[in-house]
Amino acid sequence: MSQESAPQGAGADLVLSGLTKRFATFTAVDDLDLRVPQGSFFALLGPSGCGKTTTLRMVAGLEEPTAGTITLGTDDITHLKPYKRPVNTVFQSYALFPHLSIAANVAFGLRRRGRKQVAEDVERMLDLVELTGLADRRPAQLSGGQQQRVALARALINQPRVLLLDEPLGALDLKLRRQMQIELKRIQTEVGLTFVHVTHDQEEAMTMADTVAVMNAGRIEQLGPPEVLYECPATTFVANFLGQSNLVAGRVVGGSGVSGGGDGGDVVLDVHGATVRADRARAVVAQGDVWVGVRPEKVVLAPAGVAPPEPAGNCLRGGVVSDVSFVGVSTQYLVRMPWGQELTAFSQNSGHHERLRTGAAVDLHWSPAHTFCLDASQDAAAGVEPEDR
Amino acid sequence: MAGPLRTAEPSAPPPAPGGRRGGLSGYLLLLPGGVWLALFFVVPTATLVATSLYDPSGSLQLGYRMTGHVQNYADSLQDYAPQLVRSFVYAGTATLACVVLGFPLAYAIAFKAGRWKNLMLVAVIAPFFTSFLVRTLSWQYILGDNEALVSFLRAVRVLGEDGHLLATPFAVVTGLTYNFLPFMVLPLYASLEKIDHRFLEAAADLYSSPFTAFRTVTLPLAMPGLVAGTLLTFIPSAGDYINSELLGNPQTRMVGNEIQDLFAAGDYPTASALSVTLMAAIVLLVFVYVRRSGTEELV
Ligand SMILES: Nc1ncnc2c1ncn2[C@@H]1O[C@H](COP(=O)(O)OP(=O)(O)OP(=O)(O)O)[C@@H](O)[C@H]1O
Ligand SMILES: [Mg+2]
Repeated sequence: MSQESAPQGAGADLVLSGLTKRFATFTAVDDLDLRVPQGSFFALLGPSGCGKTTTLRMVAGLEEPTAGTITLGTDDITHLKPYKRPVNTVFQSYALFPHLSIAANVAFGLRRRGRKQVAEDVERMLDLVELTGLADRRPAQLSGGQQQRVALARALINQPRVLLLDEPLGALDLKLRRQMQIELKRIQTEVGLTFVHVTHDQEEAMTMADTVAVMNAGRIEQLGPPEVLYECPATTFVANFLGQSNLVAGRVVGGSGVSGGGDGGDVVLDVHGATVRADRARAVVAQGDVWVGVRPEKVVLAPAGVAPPEPAGNCLRGGVVSDVSFVGVSTQYLVRMPWGQELTAFSQNSGHHERLRTGAAVDLHWSPAHTFCLDASQDAAAGVEPEDR
Repeated sequence: MAGPLRTAEPSAPPPAPGGRRGGLSGYLLLLPGGVWLALFFVVPTATLVATSLYDPSGSLQLGYRMTGHVQNYADSLQDYAPQLVRSFVYAGTATLACVVLGFPLAYAIAFKAGRWKNLMLVAVIAPFFTSFLVRTLSWQYILGDNEALVSFLRAVRVLGEDGHLLATPFAVVTGLTYNFLPFMVLPLYASLEKIDHRFLEAAADLYSSPFTAFRTVTLPLAMPGLVAGTLLTFIPSAGDYINSELLGNPQTRMVGNEIQDLFAAGDYPTASALSVTLMAAIVLLVFVYVRRSGTEELV
């Protein structure tokens, strides 16, 4: 992505081109290309240590890139001093000034830019983050979650062209977090600022962002609207990191050539002897060996030999339920397949079907429209969170 | 007839057993320090104040009489007010010089020294390995009329043909500055070193140039060290007499010199009155100073 000529409408897009950061021999951010459209809510999602903070720090000017450029609209800000950038950060560690009151912390940016009358803005900002009445306290006198909201207010009040949020809701409890997510989203749409939001929390990324970029080991694995990322993961890492996936080794046996080869545009696959179909559009690879993937909630379990309530299309037989865990809204099943692999299925507790027991013989049914195919050379366990393994 | 029984624990509320023991052991722990303070601070101070009120016509040989002679204070002030004022001016100047020299040094050690940090700290403390007296005496040579420094300054016309450095107020303040500089550098260093670099990044992110960040973040966070450092240099400087004795002249005499002479001459009441005045003045100054520089900006 070498210097695309910025179209007129995209006035102040944030564009990272070939951005690289090396610490000694370790490459933290590796040749990153990214366009964050003006006024969009952009989420950067990835496991710990994948380079999210480093990327934000380069955009904020706190870290000098080893290579590449950062442009904001038509301005190249790659080497601009941090205090000259129209960019503010909500730091992962808050970094509130311990010697200043909450009000003075929030007013800091405005004061530095020469604003005298700040009291009103500060009050409005503190109301917004629900810290009314704490203006005179010191940061040390606040809880972790309150400090985090001060950090948010301190950055937001400046109305920067780009707001960088480094896990700004990490220390909040679930209820407050949901509330702040809605609040953040509202502020962002109202003010029309560009938000770059870094998070570990895939749910947060998917509910809030217009565009999600999944990052892994210093690179972007895939980028797109949350639904697309979820439904059509491009790599095994994305398939596993964003939600869960069943990945089964398979082989393309038909339909890969001219579309409509008698198969309605589907790719025909052989999976451990069974024939399975996948939507042509959702097959990243449509030749040779592939990982055949399906999300656990798309899988319907039926007792062996019994047809499922609604015909699904794909079927893998010979499974044995090896574990059942009840999680309230749904039940999670682990099913051991004849070839030894354990697959996962989620079943809504809608009361329409009886719960299966451990040891029950079952068949797995799902639709070709929910099947995706990934490059078999990738590690099927990439991006699986440790607790899921 | 229950009286004697009750007086065993007069009106004390029944304490929780644990709390009672905690209180007792607390007092026990305070005991050594308390005894020390009583022996070496309270008693001497009381004696000093008492002595300052003795009849001045007595002498060591004949003995003194306690007459509550408050006039001692007025007399000593009348005779030695210039020296008292001079002490504070010299101490203030030396403290200022210590800040000017010490702040950049402490800053450099804390933020720029890298792996030389420990070596530089040792270098700051190293002078303490030799005696205070020897170090001050060596300044007689450094500032001496026939030494390189004066020759050089005369050659470049900073000093006149027969200008000199030794036996001037400059020499006394230089000596004070030199001797008390480590007491400025160490607390300043301790404060600066604690400052989290991320605060400066946050300041930069919030439109502060490096200078503004220094003024609005680094300096306020270093205030505890600055206050401690100025106190540790100002207080001993104000009471010092060695530097004036060895590097000064009769016109640079500080209050410490006078007190020392008065004690040597056996005029205990006047010496004591002057000492108490000095002490009170320092306490007052320090109190005002800490009040003004303190609370607002300190964490
Ligand atoms: N100053 C540095 N020197 C050397 N390595 C560094 C430095 N800063 C970061 N790294 C390394 O770069 C990698 C990316 O770090 P970064 O802080 O960007 O991760 P992150 O994605 O923000 O992780 P987390 O989600 O845990 O905050 C890490 O492996 C880290 O150890
Ligand atoms: Mg991080």
